[in-house]
Amino acid sequence: MLKKTGDQSIVFEDPVSILCTASTVGPKEGEGPLASYFDVVHEDIMVGEDSWEKAESTMAKDNFGLVLHKSGLNKKSIDFVLSGDLSNQLTGSTFGVRDLELPFLGIFGACSTFGEGIGLGSILIDGGFAHYVMSGASSHFCAAEKQFRFPLELGTQRPLTSSWTVTGHGAAILAKSGPAPYITSFTVGKIIDMGITDANNMGAAMAPAAVDTLTAHFKDTGRNPDYYDMILTGDLGYVGHEIVSRMMTQEGYTMGSNYSDCGIEIFDREKQDTHSGGSGCACSAVTFSGYLYQQMKKGQLNKILLVPTGALMSPTSVQQNETIPGVAHAVAIENTKGDN
Amino acid sequence: MEYLKAFVVGGIICVIGQILIDKTKLTSARILVLFVVAGCLLGGLGLYKPLVDFAGAGATVPLPGFGYKMAKGVMDEIDAKGLAGLITGGIQAAAGGITAAIIFSFLAALVFEPKEK
Amino acid sequence: MDQSNKGKARYQELVKEVSPNSHLAADCFKAFCVGGLICTLGQFITNYFTTRQYPEDKASLYTSVILIFCAILLTGLGLYEKIGKFAGAGSIVPITGFANSVASPAIEFKKEGWILGLGAKMFIVAGPVIVYGTLASFLVGIIYYFMK
Repeated sequence: MLKKTGDQSIVFEDPVSILCTASTVGPKEGEGPLASYFDVVHEDIMVGEDSWEKAESTMAKDNFGLVLHKSGLNKKSIDFVLSGDLSNQLTGSTFGVRDLELPFLGIFGACSTFGEGIGLGSILIDGGFAHYVMSGASSHFCAAEKQFRFPLELGTQRPLTSSWTVTGHGAAILAKSGPAPYITSFTVGKIIDMGITDANNMGAAMAPAAVDTLTAHFKDTGRNPDYYDMILTGDLGYVGHEIVSRMMTQEGYTMGSNYSDCGIEIFDREKQDTHSGGSGCACSAVTFSGYLYQQMKKGQLNKILLVPTGALMSPTSVQQNETIPGVAHAVAIENTKGDN
Repeated sequence: MEYLKAFVVGGIICVIGQILIDKTKLTSARILVLFVVAGCLLGGLGLYKPLVDFAGAGATVPLPGFGYKMAKGVMDEIDAKGLAGLITGGIQAAAGGITAAIIFSFLAALVFEPKEK
Repeated sequence: MDQSNKGKARYQELVKEVSPNSHLAADCFKAFCVGGLICTLGQFITNYFTTRQYPEDKASLYTSVILIFCAILLTGLGLYEKIGKFAGAGSIVPITGFANSVASPAIEFKKEGWILGLGAKMFIVAGPVIVYGTLASFLVGIIYYFMK
C-alpha cells in the first residue's frame, strides 16, 4: 500500500524533528530586518577568499560545521548530507561539503532547493533509512550575477521587478527523534511553465508553480490556508506575492495576512533598494534557519508552511529564447506531531 | 553655444536609448548593437554627417557616432585604396577606441579587484 | 494549472497588471542629463586640442582615449556602476559605456586566469558592438564601392 497522500504529498507517519539550524549571511542581509536572527553575519562578502565562488563554498563549509557543533552530535552520527546551490555543477556545495567526508547527495531545485532538501531528508528518516540528516542550501549575490547576468562593475539598471540574490547558507539537522518543531508533511511540486521569458521578473516566472503546489497541498491534506500561522513562499518577492494571492483566490483559497514571502521579509525594500525582494537558494534557507526556526522554538509560530520556489533556467536557455518554468515544494512544519 | 548643442543632442540620443530600455524587452547589449548599426547605416547614407557638423561631440561620443566613424572609415579607405579599403577601413577607424579600451582594461584588471555592488 | 495557450495569455495579462513599471520620465531626465554632460565633456576635450592646432582627426582620437581612460578608472574604483544605476542609458550609450563594458569583465574574470579568463572574456559584453559594427560598415562599403 503506497504511503503517498493524494497525488503529490507525503504525510510523515512519525514527523521528523528539526534538531537545530544554523544561518550564515553576507553584509547586506546583516543590514536587513532579520539581521538579529542570523548566527553569523560576514562584513566581507568575499569571506577572506579570493573569489566569489570560493566564498560561497567557505560559507557552506563553515555553516555546516556550525550546525553540527550546535547539535552536539558526533559528525559520524550524520547518515546523509543533502546540499544544493545555484552555481554551475553545484560547486558551491560540493567544495563546501567535501571535507566532511560524509555520504553526500547533491540536489538542484534552483531557489526551491532548501525545501527539496529538508523534504527529501525527512523521507530518508521517516522511511527508516537514517537517524540524522544534515541539509542545507546556499547562494551568493556576486557569483550569481557573474554566472547569470553581468559582471558587477557593469553600469546596468535593474528593473523594478528584479530581485536581489541573497548571500548566505542555511542548514538544518533533521532527526528521527528529537524536540519540536517537526516536519509533518512534504508536498512535491510539479514544473509549471506559463510562458514567462523575462529573466528580470522571477516572481512572475515562479508564482504559478507556487499556486499549483499550494493547491495540491491543501487538496491532499484537506487543510485550508488559515490552518497555518504563517505561509511563506521562498522568493516570489512583492510581485510574485501579489500574483499568488490573486490566483489562489481564483482557485477558491483566500490567502490572508498570514501569507508572506521570504524575499519580502529578508530585505527592507526602501532602505536597501532591493526592488522586488530577495531571491536565491539562501533566501528561504536563511529566513527559515534563522528567523522562522527561532520563532517556532519560542512558540510565536506553531504551524508554518514553507514553500521555497525555484526558477528553472540557465544563461544558455534564456539566450535561446526558452521560457522560464518554475517549481515549488511545500514543507509543513509544526510544533506538535498533530494528527499524523 | 557648441557646448549646449553637444549637451542637447547627446542627451537626446541617450533618451532614445533609455526609452528602449524601459519600454521594450531589449537588453542593453541589443540596444547598443542597434545604435552602432544605425549610426553606421546613416553614415553610409550621408545622413549622420550633418548631425556631427551641428553637434560635434554630441553626435560622435554616443555609440551611433562609433558606427558613423566605421562607415566613414570604410568609405575613405575605399576612396584611397579601392577594394582593399573595404576590408581594412572599418576596424581601422575603430582601432583607436578598441586599443585604448584593451590597454586600460588590462591595466585596470592588474590594479583593481572585483567589487560587490 | 491551465497551461494551455489561453491560460498562459490570461496569466501574462495578470503579470502585466501586477508588475510595477519603471519611472520613465525620471529615467529619461537622468539619462538626458548624464549623457549630455559626458558629450559636453567630450566637446570640451576636443576643443582643448583643436585650439592648440591639433588636426581634427587627432583631436577626435585623443578625446576618445581620454574618455575611455576616465570611464575605466571609474569602473575599477567601483564608481561607474553607481553612475550607471542612476543614469541608465546616459552612461551606457556614450563611448564611456563601451569602455565600462570592456573593463568590467576584464576585472571580474581575472579570477579565471589571464588567458582563459580575462583574455577570453574581455569582450563578452562589447563584442557584439564590434562584430555588428564591422558587418554594417562592410555592407556600407560594398554599396559605396559599387556606386562609385
